[in-house]
Amino acid sequence: MNSYIPHSEEDVREMLLAVGVQEIDDLFSDVPEELRLKRDLNIPEGLSEEEVLSLMRKYASMNTLGTSYLGCGSYDRIIPSAVSGIVSLPTFATAYTPYQPEISQGVLQAIFEFQTMICELTGLDVSNASLYDGHTAAAEAAAMCFNQRRKSQTLLVSPTVHPFTLKVLKSYFSDMGFSITVLPEKDGLPVFDSLPDYLDSSLAGLFVQSPNIYGLLEDYSGVADMLHDEGALFVISSDPMSLGMVKSQAEWGADIAIGDTQPFGLHQCFGGPTAGYIAAREKLLRKMPGRISGQTVDTDGNRAFVLTLQAREQHIKRERATSNICSNQALAALATSVYLSLAGWDGIQKAAELSYQKAHYLAAKLAATAGLSPAFSAPFFCEFTIDFTSEERAGKFLDSMKKRGIFAGVHLGSLSQNRKGLVTIAVTEKRTIEELDCYVESAMEAVNE
Amino acid sequence: MSNVIAELKYTKKHEWIKIDGDKAYIGITDFAQDELGEIVYVELPEVGDTFEADDEIASLESVKAAAAMYNPLSGKVVEVNELLEDSPESVNEDSYKNYIYAIEFSNSVELDELLDAAAYTAFIESLEE
Repeated sequence: MNSYIPHSEEDVREMLLAVGVQEIDDLFSDVPEELRLKRDLNIPEGLSEEEVLSLMRKYASMNTLGTSYLGCGSYDRIIPSAVSGIVSLPTFATAYTPYQPEISQGVLQAIFEFQTMICELTGLDVSNASLYDGHTAAAEAAAMCFNQRRKSQTLLVSPTVHPFTLKVLKSYFSDMGFSITVLPEKDGLPVFDSLPDYLDSSLAGLFVQSPNIYGLLEDYSGVADMLHDEGALFVISSDPMSLGMVKSQAEWGADIAIGDTQPFGLHQCFGGPTAGYIAAREKLLRKMPGRISGQTVDTDGNRAFVLTLQAREQHIKRERATSNICSNQALAALATSVYLSLAGWDGIQKAAELSYQKAHYLAAKLAATAGLSPAFSAPFFCEFTIDFTSEERAGKFLDSMKKRGIFAGVHLGSLSQNRKGLVTIAVTEKRTIEELDCYVESAMEAVNE
Repeated sequence: MSNVIAELKYTKKHEWIKIDGDKAYIGITDFAQDELGEIVYVELPEVGDTFEADDEIASLESVKAAAAMYNPLSGKVVEVNELLEDSPESVNEDSYKNYIYAIEFSNSVELDELLDAAAYTAFIESLEE
């Protein structure tokens, strides 16, 4: 595929001459000798277009097809064809990050609409143009807490957040002198009894997730008031689809809402790309990372869009910037905007309620017929967790189900050491009654094998 | 030529200080507001917080830059100019009328470090050359 390499040898020679060096390696003279790789990269030779296609077909044929009950942050939901139709338009698909933003009014309008819909969903005042994924959004929300509470050192985190979120938080902050402190857990839920012990000026905030890693819906009654009395911030991470049914982050008193927009119009694709969302109360606007599209009028009074509040970004605040985010996940966010525009509130509520009902149908049937009861009694949204008591038994069940064409759930032990044997099963509006009954029959066979 | 007021004290980081008993009102100089350009946001400290001399205490953002304000006198913040939350451009309009915060200073020796109007004028002239 050599035709995509833009520079001829002569081009390269001219450029080297212009900057006053002999060869390309001279450009790396600032990298210490011992750090330089003195051989070619270990990658195969280039292939022709036909060879690439053939290789990709070969890889594609190695995929195992099946019905997916995998969740834990990424769900197999219905995506209307119009989403990929619009997202594939070259004007969107090939648009790079707008460095001269106001010339790209379409991109700014799409971002503005994304922000508006995220604010409506979360109930909060301001949203940015999106972040790389939900876990990045978690880290940025934590940074906002630490920046807002200047003397704080500690972020309290619920034990029931996604284990990847916890990992990302720890890797962002542990070496910066901040403490990521995890609350105790009981019956699949965080225990807030010890919260008052942490309420002083060293506390930046509390970070929780609902529905949590087990799929359970958490109750935050009274939590926001306790935090706010001390001035600490409250961050709630939510699968945005759940907001079609349950209280929004703003209704729980959260200052910052985050999550991943994958459930809205994005395929699972082995985990990405997705888009993270982040929304906050207006008083935190100046601490919010990334770009924000604003609506204004041009010199003729016509509606127009601008990138606004960029002072936070590196090109103005430079070394005093509070985040290293200076872009967004534009195409994935656009897919979400298109999905939300097509679905509307009614559509989201319907998808959320169907997911809830189907998940509860499957949970009840599994308990009644296959002896597989949910491990926890707290209410759940569209995911529930079953305790197989050991890694071996969980693995055997999942393997057996896979042979029957069903990806039956996520073994939580593969995400965190202390959850061996627990399997979380996600059910979406996309699953049919036949598929659910097939799951139950297959599970009866699998547990008796 | 930037405006410098004779009765005030100054720092080389372009803050002005107006002593009022054991309290000092602190703002940025006309030279500083002119350098920053149109100010769009002032991040104020919190009343009751204590700061050492040279601590970063506030920040100002303009359409082209963001600048930190360094506290010239150790002590406790006793007042902040809340007007600036909604109209940060007041600092451009009159940077001497619109203070940023007031501090109850705890070490009067630090006052000796401050410049008088003549010394500050000479300092900014040296920068403008």
